[in-house]
Amino acid sequence: MSEQDVHKLTGAYAVDALDELERARFEQHLSGCEDCRAEVAELLETAALLAETTATPPPASLRESVLAGISQVRPLPPELPRPAETSRRGAWIPLLVAAALVLFVGVGAMIVQPWADDDSGRGTLTATEQVMRADDAQEVFVDLGEAGRATVVRSKSVDRAVIVTEDMVAAPSGKAYELWFQTPAEDMVPAGMMPEGADQTMLLEGSAADAIAVGITVEPEGGSPEPTTEPIALFDLTEAT
Amino acid sequence: MDHVRPVPDGAPQGAPSAGEGTRLADLLHRSGLGDEAAFAEFYDATSARAYGLALRVVRNPAHAEEVAQEAYLDAWRSSARYDAARGSAAGWFLTIVHRKAVDRVRSVEAATARDEGWNRETAPVDHDQTVEAAHASLEAARVRGAVATLTDVQRQAVELTYFGGYTHTEVATLLDVPLGTAKTRIRDGLIRLRDLMGVGS
Repeated sequence: MSEQDVHKLTGAYAVDALDELERARFEQHLSGCEDCRAEVAELLETAALLAETTATPPPASLRESVLAGISQVRPLPPELPRPAETSRRGAWIPLLVAAALVLFVGVGAMIVQPWADDDSGRGTLTATEQVMRADDAQEVFVDLGEAGRATVVRSKSVDRAVIVTEDMVAAPSGKAYELWFQTPAEDMVPAGMMPEGADQTMLLEGSAADAIAVGITVEPEGGSPEPTTEPIALFDLTEAT
Repeated sequence: MDHVRPVPDGAPQGAPSAGEGTRLADLLHRSGLGDEAAFAEFYDATSARAYGLALRVVRNPAHAEEVAQEAYLDAWRSSARYDAARGSAAGWFLTIVHRKAVDRVRSVEAATARDEGWNRETAPVDHDQTVEAAHASLEAARVRGAVATLTDVQRQAVELTYFGGYTHTEVATLLDVPLGTAKTRIRDGLIRLRDLMGVGS
């Protein structure tokens, strides 16, 4: 997509007409494009005015359930200004800072992982290393274009699979990437949430030997028991080499 | 950014105005401090718009009620994070409602599509264009008046995306136009509405 085309997505973004992957890419663009941020803010405000034309009194039960619901939930604390925040860039700086923090968490998790996997009985290799070094390791590479690249490695003998991402765009705000094994019966079994960060190596949760594919979908943070959106990438393991 | 500016030829009575904007922002602020009565007031001032929007997009009244309820709970939870400097309280909240409504129609479609196999083609859904019995208000009339000045193709693109919940790619396919054309119609239509409604600085 050309640079000029990206700017024209403000309208489609404001009416939620982008799919998950496009939304994620565009939000990444927004973090660095002040003109688009200003235009998006105005167009969101404009789009919301359209709701004036469809106003419909709700059933009384909605009011009751909303008020009963809020009495059980504490409002989140405000986002505190961060010392490093010097420029005036609205909500985007905290997001970027959050992304940087998550990267550190990701590294921490990888350091911790060897101990977690140590009782696997295969010497000092982590499960991830076992998969990557297995004689029967199969690799499937998927190029997501501007959204990044990802490779799934699966070893039937180790019965696990690993995903390696490169330059992966962050999931849309409030969303996360969830991984799935597709079974021979074509059921989708949750295989864990992908850590945030562009370049990740992650051991998928659960048995991998029989999976016919691995999928990635965009889900609400915390994940879903079954996919709620179309996969943004599907790694067909039946054709893996 | 900014509350809706009064219309040049005199703001109609009862229309959302800078006064309403300030009141809603204040109610959200108090909600962030845990004031449930303030949130109930916020609910009463916005529920027809929120529910009507959800209903228009998801069409099923039970689903619309769930979508609206989730949106209100989200708004309550994040009320302390609403920043009046970045937009009106109603706009902020209806953006949450719309995102949830669109997510709902798409996930319902994805669930259906999963039953048919993951590699289905995107098939256009048969949508009737019945406008819900809309709450009559002067503001609604003003918005309708502005929408009526859009070109037919702009209006169609804006309505298919905002109310229909279609992606711009789906709209391009539905209308048999290049993706760039669909994108431009949506943006041009919104920009025209923005200018007519006096949104922004």
